[in-house]
Amino acid sequence: MMLTIKDLQASVEETTILKGLNLTINPGEVHAIMGPNGAGKSTLGYVLSGREDYEVQGGTVEFENQNLLDMEVDERARAGIFLAFQYPVEIPGVSNMEFMKESVNAARKERGEEPLTAAEFLKTAKAACKQVNLPLEFLKRGVNEGFSGGEKKRNEIMQMILLQPKLCILDESDSGLDIDALKVVADGVNSQRDGKRSFIVVTHYQRLLDYIQPDYVHILADGKIVKSGGPELAKEVEASGYAWLEGHEEASA
Amino acid sequence: MSEQIDKALARKYDAGFVSEIESDTFPIGLDESVIRRISAMKEEPEWMLDWRLQAFRSWQKMKEPDWAHLGYEKVDYQSISYYSAPKSMKDKPQSLAEVDPELLRTYEKLGIPLHEQEMLAGVAVDAVFDSVSVVTTFRAKLEEAGVIFCPISEAIKKYPDLVKKYIGSVVPRSDNFFAALNSAVFTDGSFVYIPKGVRCPMELSTYFRINELNTGQFERTLIIAEEGSHVSYLEGCTAPQRDENQLHAAVVELVAQDNAEIKYSTVQNWYPGDENGKGGIYNFVTKRGICETNAKISWTQVETGSAITWKYPSCILRGDNSVGEFYSVALTRGRQQADTGTKMIHLGKNTKSTIISKGISAGNSSNAYRGLVKMGPKADGARNFTECDSLLIGDKSAAHTFPYIESSNPSAIVEHEATTSKVSDDQLFLCQQRGLDTEKAVSMIVNGFCKEVFKELPMEFAVEAGKLLEISLEGSVG
Repeated sequence: MMLTIKDLQASVEETTILKGLNLTINPGEVHAIMGPNGAGKSTLGYVLSGREDYEVQGGTVEFENQNLLDMEVDERARAGIFLAFQYPVEIPGVSNMEFMKESVNAARKERGEEPLTAAEFLKTAKAACKQVNLPLEFLKRGVNEGFSGGEKKRNEIMQMILLQPKLCILDESDSGLDIDALKVVADGVNSQRDGKRSFIVVTHYQRLLDYIQPDYVHILADGKIVKSGGPELAKEVEASGYAWLEGHEEASA
Repeated sequence: MSEQIDKALARKYDAGFVSEIESDTFPIGLDESVIRRISAMKEEPEWMLDWRLQAFRSWQKMKEPDWAHLGYEKVDYQSISYYSAPKSMKDKPQSLAEVDPELLRTYEKLGIPLHEQEMLAGVAVDAVFDSVSVVTTFRAKLEEAGVIFCPISEAIKKYPDLVKKYIGSVVPRSDNFFAALNSAVFTDGSFVYIPKGVRCPMELSTYFRINELNTGQFERTLIIAEEGSHVSYLEGCTAPQRDENQLHAAVVELVAQDNAEIKYSTVQNWYPGDENGKGGIYNFVTKRGICETNAKISWTQVETGSAITWKYPSCILRGDNSVGEFYSVALTRGRQQADTGTKMIHLGKNTKSTIISKGISAGNSSNAYRGLVKMGPKADGARNFTECDSLLIGDKSAAHTFPYIESSNPSAIVEHEATTSKVSDDQLFLCQQRGLDTEKAVSMIVNGFCKEVFKELPMEFAVEAGKLLEISLEGSVG
């Protein structure tokens, strides 16, 4: 078992968002989380990565037999949890290169490996940059500084490729992308599927799942997973939308 | 978050040690006899003593300025000693071999080895300890190029005509309260003379160290770049960690003749005092340069130390087409207070100036930019561009901007841009989510903010400045 979430309850600014979420992920699996706006999809990503202001009020989360909830944000990251942001923020004046080299070397240090030299890092960074179809000058530019929405998303995938995490959480990595950019993002993700690395793909639309084939699809509504199934569940949502959920909530209430 | 930042910024001050050195220190207090004694210790000619005494008489009539955005208990000028020198320096060591090893160790500990073979290639150093210059390296090599680089006390004796002509020519001895005090009691500092058409073959630098308790340091630096010459100069400063405030009041004068260029960089890391504002250096400095036709003066400063910083390196652009630049990073934390900026005085035609100021305030500190851009009536076609950015860390620090613009020429153009931003939770979270700890994250964000200024520093020092900022930010984040 890579990740076991039991009865997770969490709130933001005193509003309870997650209300008893259960989820188990094995190595190599791709889990899609779908659901209407406000269901708590992004909150799940923030709670798992340990963002401040997201308060856990109950439940447990185990990641590779460690109590994830006890760890700091950067410890979780170095342990192998990666969050691809929905809205990546800019860090003016800090080059992408510099930023990622520090990040990669922090992860290597954690694993007891030697830091990469500038030359070694440049080589891998160039390859990753090409893979997500960004011009090499993006390595020299400030982190997300003046990037378009699509470039920011591809930059996130580049970071994921470089960091080699164990569990990747993609928070609406498809939002705002045209079909070509969507394919680049999906290809980037697919290239990292190696039978061990696991993914949580958070998305509002089924579209992304045409390109990233999930093993499981979960529907998150009002802070809980209300339905789980295979890829066919995503198609169902595509056909009928989320309106049926209201009936479901009433039935469960 | 701000608690986390504060913790990460609780800085270590690496240069805070005290050297066990026997010193000759004057008793505290200031009157004419003290000035006569300083002048006698330095074996100065009569004209120098007269100059000092006149400065002292003007100073006695002056009032300490209070217009700066600084709050501190006024200094008692009678409770300070105005001269302190290591005893071993009395015998005037002729070479490094004769210098007290403890003195050399002090500089080694600070990362400034004074043996020429161990030094950064291409950098000559004048090491000033309390009131005297300990050693000046690479003098022979510089002399070959005709460059004079020596303690100012020596220049007064060896090159009296040059000193007499230029001292006080840029910062008059009664210019302001602190400059007048300095003119009366200055002890040592560097003298640089670059002859016509010479490009100085090395970077020149002076390293100032205050060691003795209850002494003030009053250094005076004079740099003269003759027609068409070029020089790059850097100064660094540290002091031991003490509970008492100590005074540092320096004067720096730069003269750039026609077509000459002077690049002056400062990395100031005086002891800033502790978390509660106890101790630290009061840094009251007057720095000014004058540019003749087509000349250029560029000031770059990285100010991370001192309890109080009062400093406005300025350019008088007298010659047509002359250029003045000011690049500044000022970081305050704990209870530090800085009021710093520049004055660009455009007198000649088509003169240009650029001001890039980056202020970073953390903890309970206060950081003010104060700048004057003045366009004289004859400054046809003059231009200024000012960019003034403040970065706040945490929610207890303050940033202020006081820009003054005076234009008496309708063809002159003045541009001013200012921003204030915060290290955002989003930025910190992104860095941490990529595996960087809070300290690393903050120092990276701050370094990015300062990039435009760091790139102006000489290569060898840009890295140092980045590291210094990192140390200064340690424990400051939250």
